[in-house]
Amino acid sequence: MYIWKKVALTTAFAALSGTTAMAACGIDAGRVSIVGNEFPAIHTVAKGAAACAGDAVDVKSNLTADHQKINVAGMQGNPAEYTTAIIANSSVVTLINEDVVRPLDDLVAAHGADIPKNQLITIDGKIYAVAFMANAQTLAYRADALAKIGMDVPATYEDMLAAAEKMRAMGVAENPVGGAYKAGWNLAEEFVNMYIGHGGEFFTPGTAEVAINNAQGVASLEMMKALTAYMNPDYLTHDSNATNAEMEAGNVMLMNMWGSRMGSLMDDEGAEAMVYENIKVGAPMTVAGGSTPATTLWWDGWSVAKNISDEDATATFIAMKNGTSPSILNDETMSQAVWMIDGYTPAPVNDGVFAAISMNAQPYPMLPFMGLLHTAAGDNIAEFLQGKESAEQALADIEAAYSAAAREKGFLQ
Amino acid sequence: MKHKTFLWFVLPSATAMLLFIFLPLVSIIIQSVYVSHDQVIITVENCGPFGCRESTMIDQEATEALREGNPLGRFAGATTYLDRGHLAVTEVSEAWSASQNWRDFGSQMLNLPFYKALAFTLTYTFVVTPLVIIFGFMIAVAVNSALKNLRGPLIFISLLPMIINPLVGSLILFWMVDARGIVGAALQEFAGNPNLSIKASTPLMWIMLMVYGVWHSAPFAFIVYYAGLQTVNTETVEAAMIDGASRTQRIRYVVLPHLLPLTTFIALMQLMDNFRVFEPIVSFAASAHATSLSWAIFNDLGGETRQLSSAAATSVLTVAWIIVLLTPVLIRTWRDFGRK
Repeated sequence: MYIWKKVALTTAFAALSGTTAMAACGIDAGRVSIVGNEFPAIHTVAKGAAACAGDAVDVKSNLTADHQKINVAGMQGNPAEYTTAIIANSSVVTLINEDVVRPLDDLVAAHGADIPKNQLITIDGKIYAVAFMANAQTLAYRADALAKIGMDVPATYEDMLAAAEKMRAMGVAENPVGGAYKAGWNLAEEFVNMYIGHGGEFFTPGTAEVAINNAQGVASLEMMKALTAYMNPDYLTHDSNATNAEMEAGNVMLMNMWGSRMGSLMDDEGAEAMVYENIKVGAPMTVAGGSTPATTLWWDGWSVAKNISDEDATATFIAMKNGTSPSILNDETMSQAVWMIDGYTPAPVNDGVFAAISMNAQPYPMLPFMGLLHTAAGDNIAEFLQGKESAEQALADIEAAYSAAAREKGFLQ
Repeated sequence: MKHKTFLWFVLPSATAMLLFIFLPLVSIIIQSVYVSHDQVIITVENCGPFGCRESTMIDQEATEALREGNPLGRFAGATTYLDRGHLAVTEVSEAWSASQNWRDFGSQMLNLPFYKALAFTLTYTFVVTPLVIIFGFMIAVAVNSALKNLRGPLIFISLLPMIINPLVGSLILFWMVDARGIVGAALQEFAGNPNLSIKASTPLMWIMLMVYGVWHSAPFAFIVYYAGLQTVNTETVEAAMIDGASRTQRIRYVVLPHLLPLTTFIALMQLMDNFRVFEPIVSFAASAHATSLSWAIFNDLGGETRQLSSAAATSVLTVAWIIVLLTPVLIRTWRDFGRK
């Protein structure tokens, strides 16, 4: 599959550079090297940037799920290997902390006057990234399964539990609930969602002191454990890909899934017609009577490396601007994401993300020490879900693991 | 060999060892005693597609000067080694005084990441190493007594697990033991429990990882033993046969003593290899059930914020443990060498 994609991409690149060598990107010379995550929308952006390649303009990209393991190291050299990193709200702070990305104010003034202001990511008055798509985890459900049990689309996690119980009792599915609960990043992300849904605050405001060992923290973990009772017993090994596969296989009826992955769930590949025709996207769920949905809003955007020449920075800026311009939108790319690009018309697969925005979902915290808490949570929740320790103990372990890491990184004294 | 010839002979490998083993070792030791500078945190306004909000960030200008003067960070001595992520001195002494009995103390220790990883790593090492030696020897004897024409294909098949990339090999096994895979489904049938899942049970996952370890490494022991079997003195074997020794007795009193130095060699290699068990934990997505020291290092470096000092400290502790494990074997080799 992966190789196939690569081949397709290379062919697309070749076709593009063949036909659009004269593309009026307005770059004479420079080097553009992209590092980013690997999913359809990002491929589209990289392809759009590659359209600027020319005789003296070299555009290449390295798109991989492990991008965040290599982007800092690849941008620390001088000159940096990667001239741009496609990042999200969680990772931009890491790049800023490591001082490897440049403020874009001068480049925006010179070449990006037409970029809408809401796409510019401004931190302390300086522009550090340009966002091009929005993402959020929302409900995916099987309309036929809900019809069988005669229940409405769940609006809260409590509804989801009730529906799951009824589906199991009526024999619709043995394990009707899905979730990306793989120990590590995915599991921590689900905790972040649930904790925000319960109205929790991760840190004492204005400090790096963690504060999750509280009633909301316990309630979040209890809800996650209640959900796992209706999941495939292997849930701790299921990431987004595996959970999607379970839904396409017709085993999962309800799950919380990324908006950017709904397209592949609802298309006619990888599933029977009975399954994919009935998969629908719903709004993110709330929990415990709260009004904030238990999800986080994400943006994906691009930044420009600091340790490169001004010529390369300009070339990178213009190429990436081209890669996220209205010209990349066509019938195929339109439904790949919630694009923040002029000319974008929402498709039904994107309803969930729009609902998340309109319900005032919170953005994933853009804090320099959030990554450490995320790692600590990913390592310490599984033992609670397996019934080896109490929720309080799990939360205390997360806090202790975070504090040790934060002391090492200089956030706590 | 003349000293000069010897020098030229070992120079390439000595240079490679210096560059790729010694210098990185020095580097992680230095890295492990430094931590990041104190970060100056300021409250700023962040704006993006979802509106503006107050947030905190690092004051780059304030930390710039500190970084310039001391790019390695702040000297911390053994702090990182003693913190909760590693030796956890405070937590261990608290657990010691708070626990009523050994069982309680043990479970509190296993809640600490370093000791949890160490427990699995040591169990894995001491279960897999002997099994690899036993199975490797058995396969070697079996292949050696097979028909000459069959030996080539048999050797090839026996070596396959080692030829296959560890990540791929463990992924294959991972799918086979899935509840819907051939091994997983067979186990459910055998146990009469349709909900039995290897991936959901800690003891089964540990067993699975060790089975994988033996499967992957036994060919190594096999090929070394097989080479050794070709050098067994046939006259001694024949003499033993004339004396009426059975096949078992010949293996016990002739072949095994002959292969003892090889056993030491395999034990040495396998102790080192098994102590850095890593790939199967990633491929089996087993981190919820079992972690190893190498996995802990990987996990420190894999987050959005890389914890270099923590990873370096775990690396140094891993090296220290390997030295402890290898010392008895090395002393034995040294004695054997001296005797000759």
